[in-house]
Amino acid sequence: MTTNATSGENRHLPNRLGIKGWIWGGNYTIERYLYTLHRITGLGLLLYITLHLVMNGFRLGGAESWTDLMSFFSGPGFKFGEYLVMAAFIIHALNGGRLILQHLGYTLGKPKPPVYPYVDSLRRRRPILWIMLFIIAALAIYVLVEFVT
Amino acid sequence: MQDLTFRVQRYLPGKDSKPYMQEFTVPMRQGLTVLDGLIYIKENLDNTLSFRSSCRMGICGSCGMLINNFPMLACHTPVEELNTDTITVKSLPNFPIIRDLVADLDPLFEKHRSIDPYIVMAETGDLNKLTAQFLQSGEELQSYLQFAYCVKCGLCMAACPTVSTDEFFLGPQPLCQGYRYCTDRRDTGAKQRFEKADSGHGVWLCHLAGACSEACPKGVDPALAIQLLKRAMVFDSLRLRKKPEPATPAQPIAESKPKIEVPEFTVKQ
Repeated sequence: MTTNATSGENRHLPNRLGIKGWIWGGNYTIERYLYTLHRITGLGLLLYITLHLVMNGFRLGGAESWTDLMSFFSGPGFKFGEYLVMAAFIIHALNGGRLILQHLGYTLGKPKPPVYPYVDSLRRRRPILWIMLFIIAALAIYVLVEFVT
Repeated sequence: MQDLTFRVQRYLPGKDSKPYMQEFTVPMRQGLTVLDGLIYIKENLDNTLSFRSSCRMGICGSCGMLINNFPMLACHTPVEELNTDTITVKSLPNFPIIRDLVADLDPLFEKHRSIDPYIVMAETGDLNKLTAQFLQSGEELQSYLQFAYCVKCGLCMAACPTVSTDEFFLGPQPLCQGYRYCTDRRDTGAKQRFEKADSGHGVWLCHLAGACSEACPKGVDPALAIQLLKRAMVFDSLRLRKKPEPATPAQPIAESKPKIEVPEFTVKQ
């Protein structure tokens, strides 16, 4: 795309929110917060996979180095970290499923003439979101119980 | 009634290195809008305050501002609805500041222009050369009417978290208008718009935060339009998109002779 979108910024004071703009949901509704949560869980899972691959590389150093490494990661803090990874996976997978459906226009309904007070398509279909959040919470609690016991 | 405190963003290019907030006390009255408060400040307290407004009834889209950290039209926002005595007013984020509360909307208009926001008629030619109006069913009209109410105020662009991190992202308003024309039966330019929306800074950067639809003061729902645009593009690439039948022009009205003869012109035309 050939756009001259920044031309205004050369003349006037830039006022772009930057990373603060996508992290802070402010006064917006739950989809806006799920947008941030989806990215954060995605980055968390990426970090976990990277660390997982690096740690698996220690197997090349023999059984002793592997055992030492595993004993280092057996503390309760790391156990809780593992639970967070699992919770991030549940959130990212289920919310991702919702996003795939909605990115293809499913579950959003058809365009409607705007009649005040305006209700957008996401708010009209809010029950789908509540069901998804309920499933996420139920799975997260189930996994927590599994980790504790 | 209790007085209101307006915390207004000030910035004078050439004098101020960065924006700062200035407080004004405005007397409360029933039905007072944020724009009324700003006009009161300009007329009675500080005539150097700059802001943009025109119609005062939510139609022109000129007075978009960040009011208590939410993008809104100042004329469309009664202070009673804000449920606070302190009102913070800033220039629209994600747009450069010209002065005080005046945002430079050029980036929005340039992106809007880039998506071809008009009816493209490859087969029938120029709209001005048509001899009859096009027929369109109510259902066909409903498929794009909601998106045609856009007033180009820029609130959706200010609300969008992706616009805040990627200055080249087309954004909700242009993409919504792109879909509005793609779904119009009179239009034959869907392919060229799909190519533009399929860029690295195009439609796929929308991750459905829904903030644009929430901020829209006209109920346009850009988030819905963008998702429907994505579907149309995916289905088109898979050759599954049902190509809409081209619009058919109405039959010209049969010529009839007037019952009373029209007199000849008495003034030379």
